[in-house]
Amino acid sequence: MLANKPFPPQGLESRASGRVAMRLRGLSDRTIAWLFILPTILLLLAINIFPLIWALRLSFTNFKSNMPSVPARFVGIDNYVDILTDEDIWYAMQVTARFVFWSVGLEVLLGFGLALLINRQFRGHSFWTTLILLPMMLSPAVVGNFWTFLLQPQTGLFNDIVSFFTGIPPGSFQMIGDVGLAPWTIVMVDTWMWTPYVMLICLAGLRSIPDYIYEAAEVDRATPWRQFWSITLPMTLPFLMLAVLFRGIENFKMFDMVNLLTSGGPGSVTETVSITLKRAAFEKWQTGYSSALAIILFVTVFGAANIYVKALNRVKQR
Amino acid sequence: MLRLTSARVMAAAILSLGLGIATGAHAQGKQLTLCWAAWDPANALVELSKDFTAKTGIKMKFEFVPWTSYADRFINELNSHGKLCDLIIGDSQWIGGAAVNGHYVKLNDFFAKNKISMDDFVPATVVGYSEWPKNTPNYWALPAMADAVGWTYRKDWFARPELRAEFKQKYHRELEPPTTLDELKQTAEFFQGRKIDGKTVYGAYIFTERGSEGITMGVTNALYNFGFEYEDPKKPYHLDGFVNSPGSIKGLEYYKALYKCCTAPGMTNAYMQEGLDAFKSGQVAMQMNWFAFFPGLYKDPNVGGDKIGFFVNPRETRQFTQLGGQGISVVSYSDHKEDALEYIKWFAQPDVQKKWWQLGGYSAAKSVVDAPDFPKSAPFAPAFLKSMAIVKDFWAEPAYAELLLDMQKRVHDYVVADKGSAKEALDLLVKDWDKVFKAEGKY
Repeated sequence: MLANKPFPPQGLESRASGRVAMRLRGLSDRTIAWLFILPTILLLLAINIFPLIWALRLSFTNFKSNMPSVPARFVGIDNYVDILTDEDIWYAMQVTARFVFWSVGLEVLLGFGLALLINRQFRGHSFWTTLILLPMMLSPAVVGNFWTFLLQPQTGLFNDIVSFFTGIPPGSFQMIGDVGLAPWTIVMVDTWMWTPYVMLICLAGLRSIPDYIYEAAEVDRATPWRQFWSITLPMTLPFLMLAVLFRGIENFKMFDMVNLLTSGGPGSVTETVSITLKRAAFEKWQTGYSSALAIILFVTVFGAANIYVKALNRVKQR
Repeated sequence: MLRLTSARVMAAAILSLGLGIATGAHAQGKQLTLCWAAWDPANALVELSKDFTAKTGIKMKFEFVPWTSYADRFINELNSHGKLCDLIIGDSQWIGGAAVNGHYVKLNDFFAKNKISMDDFVPATVVGYSEWPKNTPNYWALPAMADAVGWTYRKDWFARPELRAEFKQKYHRELEPPTTLDELKQTAEFFQGRKIDGKTVYGAYIFTERGSEGITMGVTNALYNFGFEYEDPKKPYHLDGFVNSPGSIKGLEYYKALYKCCTAPGMTNAYMQEGLDAFKSGQVAMQMNWFAFFPGLYKDPNVGGDKIGFFVNPRETRQFTQLGGQGISVVSYSDHKEDALEYIKWFAQPDVQKKWWQLGGYSAAKSVVDAPDFPKSAPFAPAFLKSMAIVKDFWAEPAYAELLLDMQKRVHDYVVADKGSAKEALDLLVKDWDKVFKAEGKY
């Protein structure tokens, strides 16, 4: 189009525009592609890579951002040694690992089950799908707050419902404040919120299986159970693994919902490593120390995700 | 004629536009932003500050943040050298960090020039809110809001003949506001789970909040009275044997016992607001809370008036209570420091301090609290006066946040989450605090 409509040489401005156009005409496709992606690359460098390098640098210092006038001192790997030998950090890691294991496990089981149900055609199909998807559309802040109200032992609906089915007096137990139940409470709320997300991914997997495979299996008189194990599960496995990857990464850095529900308590029984990091960085102002912790977490997630993606690729190739 | 009118209209428009801009610029130059927590006394300060605007023409803007995010929000603002706040009513523990890091304007010269004497304020508030280093004449704030932990109780329940008789039979003494911590626990046990007017009630409400400062501000009221000290009085920053002394261990065990025996279910992460809700809804017989809330509680139509009574934190081997409250400081990054100082000068005046108390703020001025009619000026005034004479504060070091969060963790782990023993919790606290002070170069 540019070649067909040359700029008329009207004055200096037009001549200048003409020169730009001439220059553009001389650019290769590769150069133009680079010109298009350059702003994005610069933005990524500015908001992702630069802070990462800065945090890495800070992690070797004793810098405190609430004392900017005190010059940062190079402390070598002291922060890393402190973190890796700190029992409280390992405890927070265990809390996080347990939370990730149980919440992701339950979400995959329930999400896959719901996807199998929703994949069938039945009356009210759209209504139920929408209803199931509602929790994941809410903000974690809203979810955290309303579950806090629901779980209040004296006024919350949750205890009344449990009491109705079990006969246990509603005021005799507490979900958020009990050392044994609080970790399960955050698993329960996270599962409630994110199972629909896993269901959507599984549903995409189920819908991608061509009907003719099932038709062929029926011709071969394969039982529904056999069809599930030999067709449905293997063909949706990459999708399930993808869901595990997404939810695993998200839950590893879970902060907002846990913070609103329990603030890491009672004591430290639900203190995930993100809450520990936030406390070190923005409440204790240990910027150097918290940068080191952030780097350790980044390397952990990045390393685990890379290993997992390789496994996922192998499954896809099968 | 028409042309003339148009010209006049045009001139008037230009004139009003010019005036508008000028007025806008003037107003912009004469406006102060005061930052504080969002709570009852803040509303009283808004009301009080109208007098300042009327007198000086300087408009006041307020930035109030809920207590749970108050420290995070404003310490961030100060650390980033923000210009949001011209004046700040900062927590007493911030004073060390704010002074060392240059966030607050030093007020010594200003006080001297304007004949504002710190001798005119309650000594505990001067040390707690204004001085850094402590007990030295270096002033960074004017005591603005005196506060301490106190207790409220249901006077109407305590007055019921059948309850009084039952209590006397059981404990061989009258059902009166407790004067010792043992009596407090006994009284709380008496009310725990009792049906009053067809409703189950609970003995006591105490602070248990984990995230900010709640459980520390609560537990210290027991710790102090059993013998807890922050450090060796003869050897600063020497903690072992003081923080984890036998008395401290008893104090911590007491707080846990009180929490376990006598609080309402679900109070595992509760601070000021939860206490107010519990008391206002008629759920508890006694409530630990800050004096700042007592004027509002006294006015409450359901539990206020004749139904509410107030008492000082009970003694054990000795008697202290946790200091709260704040001083007002000028932020050194403000573009309106002169106007901000003008506000402090106005606020320090005895008649303004008197009105501050009448509106629901707690004045720290001796002219107010030492006035002969002060104890009769409000039902909670006598308890407030007694409390201000026995206050003790948390660390106000520049590293106070680390010290506070360490204590929050260790105490909550033991009291609420049943982790370890009281001795283990306090030994770990000594270890945590030693580490902080070592990093601060105190050893």
